[in-house]
Amino acid sequence: MLQLQEDRRPPITPQLALRVAVLGGVALALFAIVFFRLWYLQVLSGDKYLAQANDNRVRDITVPAPRGDIVDRNGNVLVDNRVSIAVQIEVQKLPPAGPRRADLYRRLGQVIRLSPAKIAREVDEQHKALPYANVAVKQDVPPAVFDYLFERQNEFPGVTVERVFLRRYPHKELAAQLFGTVGQISPDELKLQRFKGVQQGTVVGQGGLEWSYDRWLRGTPGATRVQVDALGRPKGELAVREPVQGRQLKLSLDLDLQKAGQEAMAEAGGIPITNGVQNRGGAFVAMDPRNGEVLAMGSYPSFDPNVFAKPLKESTYKKLNSVENGAPLVDRAIDGLYPTGSTMKAITSVASLQSGVITPDTPINDPGSIQIGNIVFKNAGGTAHGTISLRTALQVSSDVFFYTMGARLNSVPGQPLQTWARRLGLGRTTGIDLPGETDGLVPSPAWRDRLYRKKLTDRPWSIGDNVNFAVGQGDLQATPIQMATAYSTIAADGRVPTPHIGLHIEDAAGRLLQEVDPPPSRHVKIGEANRQAILDGLHLAASAPGGTSADVFAGFPATVMGKTGTAERPGQGDQSWYVCYAYQGDHQRPIVVAVTIEQGGFGAQAAAPAARLILSQWFGAAKKLVVGQSATR
Amino acid sequence: MSTTSPRSPIHRRVDDLAQHQRAPLRFDPLLALAALGLVACSLLVLADATRDDVPGSPHYFLYRQAAYAVVGLVLMVLISRFDYSRLRELRYGLYTSMIGLILLVIAVGSTTRGSRRSFTLPFFSFQPSELGKLLLIVALASFVVDRARRLRDRDTTARVMLAALVPAALVMLQPDLGTGLVYVVVGLAVLFVAGTSWRHFTALGALAVVAILFTLVAAPAAGVQVLKPYQVQRLTGFISPSSDPRDQTYQLNQSRIAIGSGEKTGRGPEKATQTRLNFLPEHHTDFIFAVVGESFGFLGAAVVLSLYALLIWRGLRVLTMAKNLFGALIAGGIVAMLMFQVFINVGMTIGIAPITGIPLPLMSYGGSSVIVTFLSLGLLQAIYAQGREASARKPRAAAGLA
Repeated sequence: MLQLQEDRRPPITPQLALRVAVLGGVALALFAIVFFRLWYLQVLSGDKYLAQANDNRVRDITVPAPRGDIVDRNGNVLVDNRVSIAVQIEVQKLPPAGPRRADLYRRLGQVIRLSPAKIAREVDEQHKALPYANVAVKQDVPPAVFDYLFERQNEFPGVTVERVFLRRYPHKELAAQLFGTVGQISPDELKLQRFKGVQQGTVVGQGGLEWSYDRWLRGTPGATRVQVDALGRPKGELAVREPVQGRQLKLSLDLDLQKAGQEAMAEAGGIPITNGVQNRGGAFVAMDPRNGEVLAMGSYPSFDPNVFAKPLKESTYKKLNSVENGAPLVDRAIDGLYPTGSTMKAITSVASLQSGVITPDTPINDPGSIQIGNIVFKNAGGTAHGTISLRTALQVSSDVFFYTMGARLNSVPGQPLQTWARRLGLGRTTGIDLPGETDGLVPSPAWRDRLYRKKLTDRPWSIGDNVNFAVGQGDLQATPIQMATAYSTIAADGRVPTPHIGLHIEDAAGRLLQEVDPPPSRHVKIGEANRQAILDGLHLAASAPGGTSADVFAGFPATVMGKTGTAERPGQGDQSWYVCYAYQGDHQRPIVVAVTIEQGGFGAQAAAPAARLILSQWFGAAKKLVVGQSATR
Repeated sequence: MSTTSPRSPIHRRVDDLAQHQRAPLRFDPLLALAALGLVACSLLVLADATRDDVPGSPHYFLYRQAAYAVVGLVLMVLISRFDYSRLRELRYGLYTSMIGLILLVIAVGSTTRGSRRSFTLPFFSFQPSELGKLLLIVALASFVVDRARRLRDRDTTARVMLAALVPAALVMLQPDLGTGLVYVVVGLAVLFVAGTSWRHFTALGALAVVAILFTLVAAPAAGVQVLKPYQVQRLTGFISPSSDPRDQTYQLNQSRIAIGSGEKTGRGPEKATQTRLNFLPEHHTDFIFAVVGESFGFLGAAVVLSLYALLIWRGLRVLTMAKNLFGALIAGGIVAMLMFQVFINVGMTIGIAPITGIPLPLMSYGGSSVIVTFLSLGLLQAIYAQGREASARKPRAAAGLA
């Protein structure tokens, strides 16, 4: 063996023994530390870390619940759902803008067959419109695409595929403005009491009936608990809670009447009239005067709400709101503010009779014109009706008679004309179960004088304002639903109904869960003799020779009490109005119909024929477009 | 000392028999048992933990680790029969080839996650810095033995530390901070076992503190980044690990969750979701101890730690039994190397030591580490066997002196 002397040593020296002991001691101390630490981690705080480990791997995926269906009063489906596989983008999770995002769009585009530029545009537009919601890049993709993307979520950051429920409107344009849209709940809405308990990302009603009855329609989302790996890839389901569909909403609408109304609007609104305007905008309301159940309600022109399946693009939204296209999104029945023309005369009658200015039989001379102050007010065409009382005045729509009423009522303390207009529902919302209803304007001395003080108008209130108001011209602004409510009140003996479209909340099998039956807003007292005189006058107008809409309803198999109206609107053609109360036999199937057609000319020219078409459907009569000849306002 | 009085043939025969009965084993069975136990644990853990890691071949890591273990075992047996003292003759060659290999890998090695640590060979990627640890131990032990009479000189301490710091710095340049630190520890351990005075260690300690302060505080303040920001974060992250769970300390967090969730008896390999769902990164290499903790709980971790305790105890015993200073120094270096690796690695997984990327000896998957560890254990066995042989030839002589 080749060993140097130095290398030979006593096997163990005290110094070496000490140092080995030090090494051993260090090892012992370190082992002790490690054991204590392990004890602390695993035994003392093990359950905490176990919970964290489970948090890591468990993801709850919300499964959206289908919203409840909306059906008409006979159970016909108006709105239901369809399942669609949607490719969505969560903008916050996208890679930063630049080559990586461009690459993602390119690869995604190959999968869903869209150009990267189109994807980028969709993302930009939709994200701008709804910053909190996912961008739906493409809907109705085949299941293979779903599987492909679902299994490669880490390769497509920010891209999700989901089975979503889309609202389907089988009748397309029918009652489109009433339903409103649905969409993901916004951060602001989440804070509202009415959305209490709703999870982020839930689809809720954003307008119309979907908004009003959201609580019932919304349903309860389900949840799938899945295990995911560190890259978020699903690795098996752990538990499933099935979603519960929302309740079914039964409406008071009658599908056939609704169809008839929309056809009538198209037909009557398209009548060629001297001013050459066609496809005029307008609205109709058909209501049960006893309880406010809206039997049909529509606004023309309409649109196909199926466009809302995807988040609306700016351009589509503009198109649906533009004046050139007739602003189909606007629900003119509750949101269209117009002077009402002579349909106001029924309200003026109530005010005149109830305030004691006249009795039903007080004779008033109508020489064809009247001077009030220094202005001469004329009948339409200057026709003189001679000495007439209220019934005849309504029958022939004598302007001079109601000018006189306006003038006389102006000096009665307590402004009975304004008071009664408000009592009957003008100038205030009716309380219909739709968001976005407007209250309109009842012109009054206080209102005009305030404007005058603020220098927003050139003159204070004068008697002429009341004269104009008495015949539904001038500053009056009212909606068709308000006029229907006012006539219902007269027809229903002073009970002001609360119009409503929702009728029942039902389960999926159609069993009643809850009734929507709002009580009347209020009661007003109209003397029976007075009320009867007004109804007589309205009946004469629609049936007796010389009545303004008598020729329209000639031979009609129901009792019709209706008033034409021709509202003068500055800068455009006259607006055609018709509001009536009708029933069959001994007050069977009572109905109040209000129709207005912008630039439709005289009331008998467009609105009354449309009302006849609607009533024909209601009473089972032959539908025939009968255009009246009366040229009165 | 020894008595060599003439004996009768009968006596001699009896002596031979007794000799034969007293030293039947040419290796330490407990040391071998600890090593085999750890390899078995490694294979058991890898079998389940890596099942989903390589799509299509669930046993990829298992089979390879088993192959490395077999190669390692064979090498261990071979080297245990080798007269390790002859390695002293090769000391300059060993040291030069270590430096050469490390330089070569920096120049042409393959890059993994930003650092050049290995050569890619057909079946195997070879990490010279792993083999370098053992080469350094042998070389430093030789240098110390060369200057055995001047062990108290400041000069000796300085030269030995310099010989250790040069390769340590090169390894840190790869960059592989953890292995570099192992080199420094090996240098200190060899000096410690050799009997370098405490004053020198105090001075080295002071130097280390200054160096650490310089790299972490002074140099960055002066605008010179010695360490990369992620390295600083890793080294200091364990002090405040929850500050940014998605970043460098993510691994640390997930590792603690894995170990903690194992509780007393573990979640079982099937339900060890931290491992199986990949929340725990590097679960087959650096963080394999966390897998043990998650799958087999405190119990499993205790078994593994006990095997390491056994290994270190036997290693220290081998140190004391060495036939010469050279053997004792090598044993001291090897034991210190194993101890440092075990505690830094385990400490990292339980959040009490910085993240440095040091493999857990015999447990972590990796050919270089496994084979070099077996080579080290082979050397220990050789020192043990030759120590026993020597003391048998000169029975209890030294014991009397002590």
